[in-house]
Order: sequence, then structure tokens, then C-alpha cells
Amino acid sequence: MTHVETGILIIGAGGAGMYAAIAASRAGAEHVLLVDKSLVGRGGATVMAQMTVAAALGEETPDDVELHLADTLAAGRGLCDAPLAAVLCGEAPLRIRELDDWRVGWARRDNGRIAQVTAPGHSRPRCCYVDFLNTGPAVAATLRRQVSRINAIRRVSNLTVTDIVTADGEAVGAVALDVAVGEPVTIAAKAVVIATGGLSRIFRRNSASANMGGDGYALALAAGAELVDMEFVQFFPIGHLAPRLVGMDPIMWDPFRYKLGGRLIDGNGHEFLADYGSDESGGYTTPRDTATYAIQREVAAGRGSPHGGVYLSFTHVPRAELDRAFGPVIERLARNGIDLAQAPVEVAPIAHYHMGGVAVDATMASRVPGLYAAGEAAGGANGANRLSGNAIPEALVFGERAGRFAAAYAAGRGSGWRFAAATPAVDGLRGQLGGRHGDVSAAELLDEMRDLMWRDVGPFRNAPGLARAADRLAALRGELPELTIGPEHAFNPMLADWYELRASLLAAAAVTQAALRREESRGAHQREDFPEACPAWALRQRVAMRLDGTLLVEPAP
Amino acid sequence: MTRPFARLRIRRGGAGGPPRYDEFAVPFEDGASVLDALIWIRTYCDPTLAIRYSCINANVCKECTVAIDGSVAYACTTRLCADRVVTLDPLPGKPVLRDLVAETRSPRERLK
Repeated sequence: MTHVETGILIIGAGGAGMYAAIAASRAGAEHVLLVDKSLVGRGGATVMAQMTVAAALGEETPDDVELHLADTLAAGRGLCDAPLAAVLCGEAPLRIRELDDWRVGWARRDNGRIAQVTAPGHSRPRCCYVDFLNTGPAVAATLRRQVSRINAIRRVSNLTVTDIVTADGEAVGAVALDVAVGEPVTIAAKAVVIATGGLSRIFRRNSASANMGGDGYALALAAGAELVDMEFVQFFPIGHLAPRLVGMDPIMWDPFRYKLGGRLIDGNGHEFLADYGSDESGGYTTPRDTATYAIQREVAAGRGSPHGGVYLSFTHVPRAELDRAFGPVIERLARNGIDLAQAPVEVAPIAHYHMGGVAVDATMASRVPGLYAAGEAAGGANGANRLSGNAIPEALVFGERAGRFAAAYAAGRGSGWRFAAATPAVDGLRGQLGGRHGDVSAAELLDEMRDLMWRDVGPFRNAPGLARAADRLAALRGELPELTIGPEHAFNPMLADWYELRASLLAAAAVTQAALRREESRGAHQREDFPEACPAWALRQRVAMRLDGTLLVEPAP
Repeated sequence: MTRPFARLRIRRGGAGGPPRYDEFAVPFEDGASVLDALIWIRTYCDPTLAIRYSCINANVCKECTVAIDGSVAYACTTRLCADRVVTLDPLPGKPVLRDLVAETRSPRERLK
């Protein structure tokens, strides 16, 4: 069995993980191991981000981190962890400028200043981007380049961490599956950073990459850490629905709305946002939770579009203006048979981002010594609803801090690794490797879980649906030991499905149980049976795992 | 005119041993991609089929590169075809790990 010794283990190599690796080595860590179950720097959410990145740079108009913080707290509907949100807004300009130094290519005005646009919920133009729809790929490529220049960072692709190993209550390493050969690997580390992204993939309709199944939340719970705000899943209101569009992310309409407005119209041709208290006469201003609510209500009332959404129309925008704003993207749309000057498209809410995550302090430390979390995997900063443009800064700022503080924690410490502490996890993994005959595959149950989460734990929730989902999720967890796994070792996809299902069911249970307890509607959490926000619920909930594997949901202290 | 099924002939097998081809019939929808069909096969037909993909739809991860009728292409942007059998092979010129998965990792990103 392969054993690796390192200083800092970073799980997940998207924006947060890559920045953590850079920062850890900058802070003096001599050995950093950056692993991803996909390919380093290619998987995850960062690479998919098309726009925009919020930072109080003040390039267009005077701005201040306090103003960015005020907007973030307002969007969070009273639930943001204020110190974390302050860190996010306060350090976003540092990270954006550092990426500029690394030549990410922020779009610039003719006067050379970084272009900043006003995204919904922001009090001034604050969101920068890389044209055209290229923010995420440019950020990911820039970080990949920096990572590859640092000798202290060892990258490993196709390595799936199955368990974090603890000894005496501290994180001391991990057990992983080397996917390409199908063998267990043990990793001794002085500190571990979880940077595995979110959980949007547990919902049927989602904008996630394949590896957003909630892995990090399950790893953290099993290691003894707590999660926070798990009931708050952001549904992006205008995910692309029809006609079928390939080669573009389904959330690609937002930048068009930033630049050109666009009109949301129901099946009867009526512009409905004003009916929900959102006046867009001055531009694209409707917050994501409000827009999701309005669209779902229109569809439920029988006023939807043919595929079950609403129409987004740019037919009032002159063709020359469309061409100017979107350059080559107009061509990509044409290849999909879409001509915005001629006809509207259909859009609908789609699971996009998770506000909740591992409960951390401002150093990104969880309650387990040596265990850190960063990026979407960390919870708390965004409260009940994330402000547009805060996800990439979160990845960059929290990633940098997690790497820096993990390196400080590890400095001068000896390894706490003990093979005996890893034995249960290694034995568990070996138990899956031989293959097993069952009646059902994990792929089938993943499919069922996505349907049930969308139906019962999606944009609208009620007690009977949530209780039904919680029961079924528990039953599915009970089926895990019986599922079919093929006997192959090298790149066995049934093994990958099994571990994804194990993590996803736990993450889904955390979302569902937290949602069932919160008897009010706030931000992204909308209860049909409790349609109003309740002042008594202006509190965060934390989720922990009991020794018997069940989840405990309690108000945060 | 749309037809109800698309047919895919897919190279199967691991690193050693002779390759074989399995044929699958997949419900055809207008505009669907080859990757849509592969994910459908994995979910409803044969979960043992090994493929590489990450971003699914955005064409940014570039992990789903395979040979489609002998030409290197992205499965996520190549449209499904209803009127003939389409043959899929792993990316040529790289060692095969399993089925459509080739060893595309740089040697620096492997454990051994």
C-alpha cells in the first residue's frame, strides 16, 4: 500500500484549493499535497464561473469594503456570520489585485481601469470579469500556472479521499483511493484543508460539475467537525431550460442580464417580476431568492413556458448591441439555433451554490484541530442568500487564509499520524475493492436521490415533503452495504459512484433535516407551510454527526 | 424529423486484453450531446461504463475528450446522431485505463 507523508494536505483543486496550496507554501510549508478526484485545476466550480467577481476596488466609482460588507449582510437576510463576511469583503480586493498581477486579464475600460459592473444586490459597480464569459477558466488557468511554478506543491489527480484520519481528536491525515489503479493510499499530514466545493449535484436540476456531490461535508462530519446553514441552497433563478444548449454552462444568462437587462415574461406574455415587488425598470436588480420565488410561483399557477419555466427575452435589444456585448458568444448561441434578436429562451431555477458548509472561524479552522475548510465547502459567510459575485472571492480569500493558517498550525509540529488510526478506513476501502453482488447500483440510487431532493427539498418545501425525504434518505443510507460494485480495480466507475452516493446521502440528510427544523421562510429557504420570516429564527443551525451515524441539528451558540 | 433512438458503439475493456465493442440504444432527444447519452447509459443501462467528464455542459474542463467515429472531439459538444451508429473510442495515442478513459494526466500528477 502506498503511503505519502506531507505537511499540508489540500483536498480539492479548484480555486480555493489551488489558492490554499499557493498560500501554504508562501507561509513556509515545505510539503503541500494538492489532490483532486478529477483533474487538478479542471474540476470543481471555479472553472465554470462566467461572471462576476465582487471586490470593492473602486475602479469605476468610489467604493469601500464596508459598503460591500453591508450589501453582503443585507443579501444574507440577517444570518451571515459577520466576522467571516467581513473577512470575505475585506480581503477580496487583495486577491483580485494579486490575480491581476498574475495576469488573469480582468476586462478593462479604455482608460485602463478594471471594468466593474453592478450585479443585483450591489449598491455600486463592483463586479469585475474576464471577457467573454471567461472569468472562471481564466482564474483557474492563472492559479494552475502559479501552482505549477512552486516546487513545494505536489499535485495528484484522480485521487479520491474517502476518510479524514483523526488521532486524539486531531486531523492527522487521510485515506484515499488511487482511482487509476484502484488501490488504497494513506496520507500523513500535519494539517488538512477541505476545498471540495458544494453539493448542487444532489439536486436533479443543477449547474454543477460532476464532483459537486457534497464530499467535503461528509468528510468533515465523519471527522467530527460541524456544518452550519445547511438548509440554505441557492437556486439560480434563470438557469437555461430550452432550447437544448450544449457547450455552455446553464447559468450563462446572467452576464447578458448585467449588460443588457433582458425581460422575464410568463407564458401569457406578461412581465411578472413587478407583481412580486421587484421593479426592474432601472435595470437588472432582482435578488436571486426573490426571482426564484417569483418564477416558481408563476409556473405553479399554470403560467409557465412549454418546458416548465418562463421566458427570458432580449428581442427588444438591437442586434448590433447584442453583438457588441457578447462578441463570439453570439456565434456559439447561433450554433445552438438561438437568435436572441428573434426569439426568447426558456429559463427556470436550478441548484447553483450552497451557502452552508463546514463551520469555521476566521482562520478557516473547524472545531477539529488541524482541519480547515475553504471556498464553497466552508459555511456561514453568506447567510441565507449569497450576494451575486461573492463566490469566487470566497474561493480566493478563504483559500488563501486556509492555506496560510494551516501552514502556521503545522509549523514546528511533528506528525500525529498513526497507522492504527487509519485502519478502519483502509479496511472499509479494501472491503469495497473486491466487488459485491447486489440488486441495485449506486448510479441508480444517485438518480433517485436527485429526483427526491428536487421534489421535496428544492426551491419550495413543506413539512410532509421534508419528512418523507428524510425517511427515504435514511433508508437509502441503509442500502449502501448491499449495493453492487464490479470487481475491477483500475478506474472502476461503480466504486466512484458508491463513494459519491455515500457522501451525497449524508450531505442531503443534513440539508433536509436542517430545512425541516427551520419553520419559517428566509432567503433561499422557502417553506410553503411557513411563508413568512420569523424573528425568532434569526439564528444559524449547526449539524453534527452522532457516533451511530445519525445527525444532530441544533441552534449555533 | 427526430427518431426515437440513437445508437452508440463503445469500446470496452481495460488496459490489457483485446478491446471489444458494445452497442447501446439511447432515447434520442433533439439537440442532446454524446455525453448526455453516455451519462444516460451509466445511469439506466450499464453503470460499469467508465468515462471521464467533469463540467458536464460548459465545455471548460475538457476532460470528456474522446474519439468519435475516429475524430478527436468533446463528447459534451458533439451532438447525438439518430440516423446511424456512432463509434466511440478513448483518446488515441494515450494508454487506456478502462473503456473510454485514457491516461490523460500528466506524469507529474500521478502517485506512481
